[in-house]
Amino acid sequence: MIVARYLTQIGKYFLMIKEVFRKPTKASVMRGLILKEIDDLIIGSLGIVAFISFFVGGVVSIQTALNLTNPLIPKYLIGFATRQSVILEFAPTFISIIMAGKVGSFITSSIGTMRVTEQIDALEVMGVNALNYLVFPKIVALMLYPFVIMLSMFLGILGGWMAGVYGGFVSSTEFIQGIQTEFIPFHITYAFIKTIIFAILLATIPSFHGFYMKGGALEVGKASTTSFVWTSVAIILSNYILTQLLLSK
Amino acid sequence: MIEVKELVKSFGDVTVLKGITTTFETGKTNLIIGQSGSGKTVLLKSLLGIHKPDSGKILYDGRAYWDLNEDEKRDLRTEIGMVFQGSALFDSMTVAQNVAFPLRMFSTKTQGEIKDRVDQVLQRVNLIDAHKKMPSEISGGMQKRVAIARAIVNNPKYLFCDEPNSGLDPKTSTVIDNLIQEITKEYNITTVINTHDMNSVMEIGEKIVFLKEGVLAWEGTKKEIFKTDNEAIVDFVYSSNLFKKVRKAQRREDKDADAEL
Repeated sequence: MIVARYLTQIGKYFLMIKEVFRKPTKASVMRGLILKEIDDLIIGSLGIVAFISFFVGGVVSIQTALNLTNPLIPKYLIGFATRQSVILEFAPTFISIIMAGKVGSFITSSIGTMRVTEQIDALEVMGVNALNYLVFPKIVALMLYPFVIMLSMFLGILGGWMAGVYGGFVSSTEFIQGIQTEFIPFHITYAFIKTIIFAILLATIPSFHGFYMKGGALEVGKASTTSFVWTSVAIILSNYILTQLLLSK
Repeated sequence: MIEVKELVKSFGDVTVLKGITTTFETGKTNLIIGQSGSGKTVLLKSLLGIHKPDSGKILYDGRAYWDLNEDEKRDLRTEIGMVFQGSALFDSMTVAQNVAFPLRMFSTKTQGEIKDRVDQVLQRVNLIDAHKKMPSEISGGMQKRVAIARAIVNNPKYLFCDEPNSGLDPKTSTVIDNLIQEITKEYNITTVINTHDMNSVMEIGEKIVFLKEGVLAWEGTKKEIFKTDNEAIVDFVYSSNLFKKVRKAQRREDKDADAEL
């Protein structure tokens, strides 16, 4: 019974995606909506992403340094470990989980409130494709999400360098040597492929929970929580599948 | 004119509309009344195409809504104006942007033409000074007037209002009722209002459709309400002592008039 319910929801989610691309909104209106979503979802997230990335990068560097107790292990491994952790997992995956909380709950609650206050009904009665009007600009705006992750990668490694060097754990030359050691360019490609998939999940799963919610203000809160949980689950699962597909030999 | 023929709508095992047949005439304020749970909102939402009926037809000037293709349905919807119970104004937009919304979405008008039309309808609902305000900054009555302005800005052929007086004081309710009636005449549109406000019924009800438990129990004009002996409508309308007195007085007047003749 529960499985059938989940399958129904998944089917409904894909039907929603199909509907998002039907009956497009007038281009002049859509342009404004996309710019507004870029401001809300991308620009509005830069501060928290920068803050978290910088300090988590620093912590990764310090933790690695403190665990390298064997004097035979070269110090440049601190830079190497920081780079690998930040580029492969921290920036694309864990920042996306944080974004599921920040951006995802914002999307669910704003669309959910529109549902509760009949604003979505108003759009539909006017003949507007409400899903295209509300969800499509979010998908387009989140196509800029790789730039957020790029910033996160840069600041994570910068934070690691500053914590390592100014904390006296490693010299600047050794840290930079570590960053350059055994660098595989495909890891960057892998990280950005993941980022694009996560961006689509971040735009659509919270929208789904907001758009199809029923009830009042209390249910808007519940829908936001549910959307965070399911977006996180989807990100973690797709992370596993993509890693298996793209990195395993 | 909107014609409803043998409309049936169920949700699960519960049949909410049980074969409704009626017409809503052009240039008149048509009211749907009935107790809570009688099917008024479902009928209104079926007319708007939000609920698909199980059987029956809804004809907009001869066009059967559910027989139209998606493009034709969308075109028809641009001929519809709707005033929601809670106004349903877009809270991220100013009053003027809310009113301009249907024009920005569907018309080929220039920015200047849109601004002129918005000013014209805001003037019509006496809200020209509020055009820069956000919906949260204006009163409930003003929000209703903005909703009416938004509903009529694209010159609709059909205007639907869901409980337009809910949450308003009696004086503001009368203002809203009169505004809807004036607009109906001015634009010669088919107006359908869903209400349980008996004052509205007596003020502007040119045609009244009374639903009881999903069945059309009575229809007629506001004058006919005083004369009818239909138990269902009498029971509904005269549940208030005030209207019992009004009815008595009205019947006395009618008798006197007959005697004089």
